[in-house]
Amino acid sequence: MPTMKPSERMKIPRQAMPERHAAERAVCFQEVNCGYPPDAAATEANRCLQCKDAKCIGGCPVGVNIPAFVEAIAANDLSAAADILLADNVLPGITGRVCPQEKQCEALCVRAKKGTPVGVGYLERFVADWAREHRKDLFEPPAATGKRVAVVGSGPGGLTCAGELAKRGHAVTVFEALHIPGGVLVYGIPEFRLPKAIVHAEVESLRRRGVEIVTDVVIGQTYTIHELLGVEGFDSVFIANGAGLPIFQGIPGENLKGVYSANEFLTRVNLMGAYRFGETDTPIIKASETVVCGGGNTAMDAVRTARRLGGDPATLAYRRSREEMPARAEEVKHAEEEGVVFRFLCSPLEVLGDEKGWVRGVRCIQMELGEPDASGRRRPVPVPGSEFEIPCQVFIQAIGTKANPLLTQTTPGLNTNKWGNIIVDADHMTSIPGVFAGGDIVRGGATVILAMGDGKSAAAAMDRYLGNGSGDAAST
Amino acid sequence: MFTIEQAEWLAPKVRRLVVRAPRVSSHHKPGHFVIVRVHEGGERIPLTIADSDAASGTITLIVQIVGATTERLCSLSAGDSIANVAGPLGRPTEIENFGHAVLVGGGVGTAVIFPQAAKLREVGNRVTAVIGGRSREYVILEKELSSHCNHVYPCTDDGSYGYHGFVTAKLKEVIEECGDVGVVLTAGPVPMMRAVAGVTRPLGIKTIVSLNPIMVDGTGMCGGCRVTVAGEMKFACVDGPEFDAHTVDFAELTDRLTTYREQEALAWNRLHELTERSDASASRCKMREMEDAAASR
Repeated sequence: MPTMKPSERMKIPRQAMPERHAAERAVCFQEVNCGYPPDAAATEANRCLQCKDAKCIGGCPVGVNIPAFVEAIAANDLSAAADILLADNVLPGITGRVCPQEKQCEALCVRAKKGTPVGVGYLERFVADWAREHRKDLFEPPAATGKRVAVVGSGPGGLTCAGELAKRGHAVTVFEALHIPGGVLVYGIPEFRLPKAIVHAEVESLRRRGVEIVTDVVIGQTYTIHELLGVEGFDSVFIANGAGLPIFQGIPGENLKGVYSANEFLTRVNLMGAYRFGETDTPIIKASETVVCGGGNTAMDAVRTARRLGGDPATLAYRRSREEMPARAEEVKHAEEEGVVFRFLCSPLEVLGDEKGWVRGVRCIQMELGEPDASGRRRPVPVPGSEFEIPCQVFIQAIGTKANPLLTQTTPGLNTNKWGNIIVDADHMTSIPGVFAGGDIVRGGATVILAMGDGKSAAAAMDRYLGNGSGDAAST
Repeated sequence: MFTIEQAEWLAPKVRRLVVRAPRVSSHHKPGHFVIVRVHEGGERIPLTIADSDAASGTITLIVQIVGATTERLCSLSAGDSIANVAGPLGRPTEIENFGHAVLVGGGVGTAVIFPQAAKLREVGNRVTAVIGGRSREYVILEKELSSHCNHVYPCTDDGSYGYHGFVTAKLKEVIEECGDVGVVLTAGPVPMMRAVAGVTRPLGIKTIVSLNPIMVDGTGMCGGCRVTVAGEMKFACVDGPEFDAHTVDFAELTDRLTTYREQEALAWNRLHELTERSDASASRCKMREMEDAAASR
């Protein structure tokens, strides 16, 4: 295949992601993005300039060799592309869909300087989906080391760590508190953004690699960490039990019927299938008007879910302005297209109830941006006398979570910071030798890919701890 | 899957299930609960662990039919299985020697106080149980409690058995007669727990209540089980389920428990339509027979 000149590559416009029509998707839970057709993927791959000093790799928390897998797509060798991708990322079908690429790999793409970056996320998803459809697992089990590792939590951090440890020949058991594995990937992120079938396929692929996944086990309650290391006979433990308790604002009316945490709302809909109530048994309040408070990805997931349950309008109230929103850019765009109403510089003061204890609205105050705060973002300050009401029957708090105490309070010797998050060293090891931790329980609320990055580097450190030399994974 | 090893009716619509769950039974303490999902597509519901046997790896659940999910659960028999049982969850009961501990159980709430009675006795308490039901057939676990308690007083609303009247009236009598009650632990319908708190509050007797709000995950993640205690928001699954009865906002709890009443009715109707249409109608009749048999005992 003749090599394309950089000038020719520069002329190719970024290939658009085919999407389900906004009007259709505002009322259904089917995935919004439909994935590149093969020709669009090849065209997009040719936009990559194949930089010698590829900055994009440094933007990836798991260090995917981006130019190499993109080049393989351009050469139409999808099998090679899959090998390259899977060597660094055990869950590419997931990250291709949920990573904030515009803040990571794509932000560092040289083409972003004068135009649009290469669609790394879209291409990653393309390869992952192709591999899931077309490739048999060619996995050959590595020689067993005889070491047993327990992984606490089957979210992105736990699954990644489990996969990396299995590659190195350790016997891995993942303990999941809920009834199906996946953590935030199944209870939090909605079907329309990450189909559950993809998560299940990734989990099954780990099972075929010999990872044992045990559901219905709440570490800290069913077993303590010390029991895992003691009577249960594990040589090392990775704690990735996730974020935990939802934060409420502490405003009046938060216990009215119709107030949810985003966690509860999303868990009912995603994990329990409440949007199919009738086929499933878990109920959800369907409101004609819903207000979600927050500006992150969870808030965006909640408001778009509310829209699909019939929220008209489904309103997002965020106390800062659009520029400060931490949500992924594509989600904001999709939400707007679907008819979500954005109220910026708007802070709820009180949830209003009717005489029967149901939510009837939320009283808010207009904010304006003042001096920058500790986060570097301009601090929102209330405008006196600017209170107003937004009518709604469901009000959802999506303003973050705090550390879950279940595990830490039953683990003497495990050091935590003042917020209850586990303290780890550069190798992700906690104050208890052999016990490692990563993801939200350490970071206090981050992203899928950062948890995966922790899982990956912790696995290498655990491998060294277990006496397996270099910590390099066997190539698969 | 979690296999049911024994199943029997204790009272009309109240079934005792002995379930094989070795990981749970080996860690069970009084006050703990489990989250149960009966079948694929089912909802997650919290149930107090009424008893456990670490040697045989089983836990005992006592379930009252109050909706579609509990009806499905109670339609299961020995040899059937439950999709998911997660736990033990919640903080265990604080067990210490209070001198004289009085346990007040209403209906299936009696299942909550049963394991507490045994432990409280073990650490040296004098233990009295006051247990209530609408009528004789609704009073459960009297015999079982007798082996752990110094006194067990059954009460019935209609006077068909034991003390004629509410448990709160009997509780007052016990407190007045004994004069040494150090703690009251109570579980049952919300109005009953609220009334118990009303009896002990003016007397300043420490009273612990086991709450039963709506839950989903049971591990602190969803916050659906939030209750107001001493003016603060608490999550019953991780901060409770036991709280100081004198500071619980019972009115709010009562109201929050009605959140899904409409959907619960829909689910109930759907289950019954299904049952009547399918061959299962035969087993349903059998269930009614068994309930009737339990009622006539």
